[in-house]
Amino acid sequence: MKVLMKGNEAISEAAIQAGCTAFFGYPITPQNEIPEYMSAKMEKAGGVFIQAESEVGAINMVYGAAAAGVRTMTTSSSPGIALKQEGISYLCGANLPCVIANVARCGPGLGGILPGQSDYFQATRGGGNGDYYTPVYAPATVQEAWDMVFESFDIADKYRTPVQILLDGMLGQMMEPVEMKVHPRLNIDKPWATNGNADKRPRNTITSLSLFGEVLEAMNLQRFKVYEEIEKNETAVENTVKEGDTVAIVAYGAPSRIVRNAIDELRAEGINAALIRPITLWPYPYDTFQDLPKSVKHILVAELSMGQMVEDVRLGVNGKYPVHFYGRTGGVVFEPGEIANKVREIMGKPAKPLASGQKQMTDSNLKGGI
Amino acid sequence: MNKVIFDEAGCKGCVLCVDVCPKKILAPDKSRVNAKGYNPVVCNNMADCTACAICAKICPDSIITVERG
Amino acid sequence: MPNPNNEATRRVVYEKSRGLTDTPLTYCPGCTHGTINKLIAETLVELDVLEKSIAIAPVGCSVLAYEFFNCDAIQAAHGRAPAVATGIKRAEPSKVVFTYQGDGDLASIGTAEIIHAAHRGENITVIFVNNAIYGMTGGQMAPTTLVDQKTSTSPFGRAEATTGKPILVSEMMATIPSATYIERVSAHDVPHITKTKRAIKKAFENQINGKGFSMVEVLAGCPVGWNLSPVDSMKFIAETMIPYFPLGVYKDEGVAV
Repeated sequence: MKVLMKGNEAISEAAIQAGCTAFFGYPITPQNEIPEYMSAKMEKAGGVFIQAESEVGAINMVYGAAAAGVRTMTTSSSPGIALKQEGISYLCGANLPCVIANVARCGPGLGGILPGQSDYFQATRGGGNGDYYTPVYAPATVQEAWDMVFESFDIADKYRTPVQILLDGMLGQMMEPVEMKVHPRLNIDKPWATNGNADKRPRNTITSLSLFGEVLEAMNLQRFKVYEEIEKNETAVENTVKEGDTVAIVAYGAPSRIVRNAIDELRAEGINAALIRPITLWPYPYDTFQDLPKSVKHILVAELSMGQMVEDVRLGVNGKYPVHFYGRTGGVVFEPGEIANKVREIMGKPAKPLASGQKQMTDSNLKGGI
Repeated sequence: MNKVIFDEAGCKGCVLCVDVCPKKILAPDKSRVNAKGYNPVVCNNMADCTACAICAKICPDSIITVERG
Repeated sequence: MPNPNNEATRRVVYEKSRGLTDTPLTYCPGCTHGTINKLIAETLVELDVLEKSIAIAPVGCSVLAYEFFNCDAIQAAHGRAPAVATGIKRAEPSKVVFTYQGDGDLASIGTAEIIHAAHRGENITVIFVNNAIYGMTGGQMAPTTLVDQKTSTSPFGRAEATTGKPILVSEMMATIPSATYIERVSAHDVPHITKTKRAIKKAFENQINGKGFSMVEVLAGCPVGWNLSPVDSMKFIAETMIPYFPLGVYKDEGVAV
């Protein structure tokens, strides 16, 4: 049986079902339903809910709970995630597993509460100090958000790393029917946990510090060996491009669904466009762009940003195809017609009027022109 | 006889113990330095030691053991 | 009359606590951190909770404290130790969780975390070492630096007009309704060290008995940062620090005193 849920509610309940027993949050729109849900349900589920003094406090509570060996999560939205970067860097440095969901809004600064995808760099490039990555999952539906929470906790435990779930405010607020399937949990011993059991084993210490260059370098090399494993095993992408398709449109998250509508529109008029949807943003499915059918002539990247993921696409394409970009920011969401018109422009076909009455962005606009 | 034993390698020569010893029987040995580069504190008159352990209590580096006997 | 050389009649009056590891302390000569480290170690052994304790080390001179306390230990970001302690204690409520923090860590960058750990009434123990300076980074001015005290970022002495007066942490913390026990002590001589140990013990007993948030502020010396000898540093605490930072119990069992 399916249940109608908001994306934010799905993430909350899935976390509880995945065995998260310690949630630390702080109010920020548009993720408020998550701490609200957790405040009502966590204690009954035998877990802990704390509304922290700040996002910084919350991520450091996660650091403590993760060190104690329990499944733990925090959620926030863009400026709040910016505040958590210190903690995420420490979590990576100390190899502590946890899940962090970013129900993204617009920026920079306070920006606005409308949905955005301009936290791509923050999520995939490591927003804090030092050499590190975190796996980043990008759900496109509420159902996928539900399922990814289970996967994220497993991946976090398996590789001893924080995992981020990056969605936008649209998906966080959207209601969709969800099959509340409880996925089997990966049970991994945590003999390294600082949980006060030094009577049963040698004492444990957790730190990201080393004052000796060779030691710290060895710690970093070891972490990157783990990253290599993650890249090999966990890279995920939905690639619908087939022989005969001429334009591949790359989009992730909820906006990829708008792109699907654009693709339907284009195919109806004889332009063979198809979707490439990265499911993990780190590790990024670079190889996909080297193995496309010979018929592909153009790549278009569509994002709710000034163009961030487009850099990863260019890395994957490595000069093989022209890479075009279309984006909206500030919380303005592109309609299917805008994406379709961009493809028409690439293919030398005339544009069609937009249903929404929104203005079509030009390349010049997206480079700062009016 | 009471005994005050220094783990000399750990002595940093702060002489807080010298200052607080009520019998004034502790002093840094200026004739030598330990591996850390400090003059280690020694007891010059063990017979006068009352095993009060005041020196050990103020020692920040926990290098002093005191025995009564 | 017993033979003075008979080993059987010998008794150890004082020795290094097994609550400390064999790792040599990295503090400067005469630094009070070592003294306070061992008081905590002794207390955990005496209360028989060493093996079930989890220490949270700060950033600062005691950043390596996780190598010194002979129990599970974790290193936290600057100022965040009370939040980390909260996460651990809520996950493992039967364990003994304590933070060890300096004045830069607790009274400057970590004010939000310490205030709100107390505000929530977290059942943890906080040992706050106030030596009126940032030691590790080279002796910069702290919120607790005394007026006119020279530091590497107040080379002409702390100027009240532009940097204010030293923050009184214990007095401030005692105003927080959910804080249980707040006491300021000093570790500059053996009688005061004995009182400090008593306060630390009480702060841990409170946690073991589920009484909630306890913080002990310990006035400490930084001979290198203060440009004084270790012996003169102890005198500075007694003669200059204590008059501004009065010793005493500021709150007990949730009642301001």
